[in-house]
Amino acid sequence: MSALPRAAELGLIACPVCGLVCRNVAGDRQLDGDGVGDAMACPRCGSLLRRRKSNSFMRTWALLIAAFLMYIPANVLPIMRTASLNDIDDNTIISGVVELWRAGSPYLAVIVFSASIVVPVLKFLALGILLTSSQRSSAWARLQRARLYRVVELVGYWSMLDVFVVALLTALVRFSVLSRVEPLPGVIFFGLTVVLTMLASMSFDPRLIWDGRNSDD
Amino acid sequence: MVPPEQGIGRTGMTSPNTLLICEHCDTVYRRRPLGRGEVARCARCHAELERHHLLSVNAMLALILTALIVFVQANMWPIVTLGLSGQFSGTTLWGVIIAMWREHAQVVSVLVAATLFFFPLMKMLMLGWLLVFARGGRRAPGFVRLMVILHYLGPWTMSEVFVLGALVAIVKAHVYFDVIANPGIYAYAALTFLITIFAGVDLRQLWDDIPEAGA
Repeated sequence: MSALPRAAELGLIACPVCGLVCRNVAGDRQLDGDGVGDAMACPRCGSLLRRRKSNSFMRTWALLIAAFLMYIPANVLPIMRTASLNDIDDNTIISGVVELWRAGSPYLAVIVFSASIVVPVLKFLALGILLTSSQRSSAWARLQRARLYRVVELVGYWSMLDVFVVALLTALVRFSVLSRVEPLPGVIFFGLTVVLTMLASMSFDPRLIWDGRNSDD
Repeated sequence: MVPPEQGIGRTGMTSPNTLLICEHCDTVYRRRPLGRGEVARCARCHAELERHHLLSVNAMLALILTALIVFVQANMWPIVTLGLSGQFSGTTLWGVIIAMWREHAQVVSVLVAATLFFFPLMKMLMLGWLLVFARGGRRAPGFVRLMVILHYLGPWTMSEVFVLGALVAIVKAHVYFDVIANPGIYAYAALTFLITIFAGVDLRQLWDDIPEAGA
């Protein structure tokens, strides 16, 4: 046992919902999170106790791949149509950023670019790295990987920014024939991408980063 | 699954206050009282374990009630109005939700309604209910169920993102239209401020602060 004991070594288990420290009376085998025979409930809040989030790798991979599949049409298809008397202008996420840069404010363009492009791409890369390295029980840069996960959790939901912009403009710009804004399918795919990446990062269990053969302490 | 009432047959409960397990790496710590403004961090993964509660139950309740009032205003008042050659067009949050539904983006409409209206409202009402009883050192009826729901609602409220979105929409619209900021946008800004204050509060403290004995 090391100087920093882990819950499993002490036969303890933390409730994922209320944080209560419980004695793992069911033993490790039944609480390995494979969904078979997991029957111990938290005495305080009634949530199911599991040593690790159930099927973390599989679920996270599945959600991440689904999110990526949604992300392609989200970028290729236009997200918003601006129609006025004599022209129709369809915007994709990227062209929206470019337009904002040119006509409005470069600062805001950078923020929108970060929320709509950088954050989703960061999430795909970060979760991909976290999943592959943890599946191989790699001891590489554990502390940095743990930090990376927390950053992903923290910034994830800001991607919804563009969805809200399109929704607000749709409700605002309705001057009959003079000028109208309509949402286009891209924005639906983008909204789904954000929800799926959020679900993906929630289903990843950061404790898996520290599991494995070569403990570093 | 054992319901909590039966679970108190000491299935595996240790003394809840002496130990603490890092959620991010499963390291076990012995709890110690924290000084004012102190934050306990995990020695292995550096994640935050626990922080000193600056806000009393009364202060939290005051904040929640303020947020609730501001939230009602943010939803009643129009957010922005655009003007184009004598015509004006404004919207409230529900105007946004309805417009997206009518424009065949129902998925987005539901997302907006959930993350900007229903979830924040549920969160505030549920917390307010729990805190009113917590003032008297009691657990509110439905305490356990509400605390579990609050845990899952956590990351799904996005009012602060919407404020930034409104700012971007205003700048975009400004190129073609006259933009008039309405009271709703200020109410939203105030709401974001209140959310930021509340962001540092770990609601799990309520489990320990109000022991079950009273219920």
